Amino acid sequence: MLDFAKGPILAIQEFFILAGQAVRNVFRRPHYGADIALQMDTIGFGSLPIVILTGFFSGAVMALQMSRALAQYGQVGRTGTVVSITLVRELGPVLTALMVAGRNASGMASEIGSMKVTEQIDAMRALGTDPIQKLVTPRMIATAVVLPLLTIIADFTGMFGGFIVAYYLLNLTPAQYWHTVWTALEWNDVSQGLLKPFVFSFAISLVGCYYGLQTTGGTQGVGRATTQAVVVASVLVFVLTFFITKIFVGNVVS
Amino acid sequence: MNGDETILRFEGVTVEFAGVPALKRVSFSVPKGETRVLFGEAGSGKTVALKTALGLIRPVEGEVYLFGREITRLSEEELFDLRSQVGMLFQEGALFDSLTIEENVAYPLINQKSIHAPPEEVARRVREALSFVELEHTLEKYPSELSGGMRRRVAIARAVVTEPPLVLYDSPTAGLDPITSTTICALIMKNRDLRHTTTLLVTHRYQNGNLLANYRYDEASGKLVPATPDRPAPRTIFLGFRGGELVFEGTQTEMEASSDPYVGKFVKHNG
Ligand SMILES: Nc1ncnc2c1ncn2[C@@H]1O[C@H](COP(=O)(O)OP(=O)(O)O)[C@@H](O)[C@H]1O
Ligand SMILES: [Mg+2]
Repeated sequence: MLDFAKGPILAIQEFFILAGQAVRNVFRRPHYGADIALQMDTIGFGSLPIVILTGFFSGAVMALQMSRALAQYGQVGRTGTVVSITLVRELGPVLTALMVAGRNASGMASEIGSMKVTEQIDAMRALGTDPIQKLVTPRMIATAVVLPLLTIIADFTGMFGGFIVAYYLLNLTPAQYWHTVWTALEWNDVSQGLLKPFVFSFAISLVGCYYGLQTTGGTQGVGRATTQAVVVASVLVFVLTFFITKIFVGNVVS
Repeated sequence: MNGDETILRFEGVTVEFAGVPALKRVSFSVPKGETRVLFGEAGSGKTVALKTALGLIRPVEGEVYLFGREITRLSEEELFDLRSQVGMLFQEGALFDSLTIEENVAYPLINQKSIHAPPEEVARRVREALSFVELEHTLEKYPSELSGGMRRRVAIARAVVTEPPLVLYDSPTAGLDPITSTTICALIMKNRDLRHTTTLLVTHRYQNGNLLANYRYDEASGKLVPATPDRPAPRTIFLGFRGGELVFEGTQTEMEASSDPYVGKFVKHNG
C-alpha cells in the first residue's frame, strides 16, 4: 500500500527539488545568456506559425459557435465580446500552452534525455558544469518570457479570426466588432490572461527537463520520456488553468 | 600506506539504485603513478565504480578518498574543484553533440573554475591535445561527422587536455576493431608514460590489459616497446568485478594462475 504510493511521491519530491534548484540558479552565477537566447529563438520563433494558426482558427470557430447561441437572444452583435473574453481568459493561454507543450516539452525531454543516456550529463558534471544551471534554468527562463508573448499574439490573431467570421459571415461592421472586442476586456481578464501563460511556462519547461533528466534505458527510454513529458505537461496545463480561473472568478463573484 | 601517496581509495563502498546494489562493499586503493585494469561482465559495476570515484554517484555506505580527501559528503561545488584534477573518458565518449570538436576539447579548460585558462592559452592547449591524439585537422567538425575511433580519440583529448594527474577510462576500446583499439591503447599509454599519470582502465579485452602491464611508450621512437627491468612499466593491478563485488585483485601473473573460472574466462577468451 505504502510502496504503491512511494514511486509517485518520490517523483513529485524530485520534481520540486529540480524546480527549486532551477529557480535558485536564476540568482546565481554563471549565467548562460547564449543558451537563454537560443532557447527563446527555438521556443518563440519556432512556435510562431502554429500559434498563429491555432489562434486564428480558434477565434474564428468561437465566433461561429457563439453567433449561433447569441442569435437565440438576438445578440449576434455581441459576438466580439464573447470571442474576446474567451480568447483572452482561456483559449489563448491554454491552446498556446498546449502547442508549446507539444513542441517544446517534448523537445526538451528528448534533447536532455538523449544527453542523459549518452552520459553527456555526467560529462558536464565531470567537466565543471552544473547541468541544471546549463540546461534547465535557461529553458525555464526562456519559456517564462516567450509563452506570455506567444499568448498575446495568439489572442490578437484569434480576435482577427473572429473578425473575419463576423465581417464576412455574420455581416457585422468592423467598427461594431472591434468596439465590442475592446470594451469587453477588463483588467481582471487581462491579468489572468497573462498570469496563466507565465504559470504554465514553468509546468512545461520543468516537466520537459525533469523527464529528460530522469531518462534511462537508451533510445527507447528517450521516446518514453518524450511522450510522458507531453502528456504530463498538457494535463498540468488544464489542472492549473482550473485553479487559476477559480481564484479569479471567485474574486469577482464574492 | 602513506596517505599523500594514495591517489584514490575505496573503503567498503556500497552503491544502490532504488534499493538494488550496484557495488557491494568494494575496497581497493591506487597509489600514485600506478595502473589499474578493471574487468568483469556487463553490468558488474565497473562504470558505477568510476563514476563513484568522481563523486558523480554517492555511495550509501563506505568512504571514497580522492587525493586524500573523503568525497562522499562533499557538496557538488566542492567536488568541481577535485574533479578538475581527474580526467574521465566515458563509455562511447560522451562528446557534446551540439559543440564542435574544438569546443568539446576546450570545454574543461573554460568551464573548470580552478583552471580558468585565458582564451589564447585555450586555443593553444586544444591544438596541443588534438595533435596528441593526431586529430588536429578536425577542429571545426561536429562529433557526428567523425568515425567511432576518431570520436574516442577526441574524447581522450578532452579527458587529458587539462593534464590531470589521474585519468579514468571507461571501456575506451569497446566496439572498435583490434587495430584501432591498439591505437587507442597506445594513446592512453603515451599519456600515462609521458605525464606519469595514475590510470584506471575498464576493458573487456585482455589484450589491452596485457599492453598496459607489459609495455611502455617510448618517446624517442613514438612507439610502444616491451618494458624491461631497467625501464619498467608502471605497476599494473587487475581488478575483477562480478555482480557489484570485487572478486579479484592481483597482478597479471596472478590472474593467469587464478583457479577461479570467472577470472579465467577473461584471460582465455581474449588471450
Ligand atoms: N543510473 C542508474 N540507475 C539505475 N541502475 C543503474 C544505473 N547505473 C548503473 N545501474 C545498474 O548498476 C549495475 C552496474 O552497472 P555498470 O557499472 O554500468 O556495469 P558495467 O560493469 O557494465 O559498467 C547494473 O545492474 C546497472 O543496471
Ligand atoms: Mg560500463
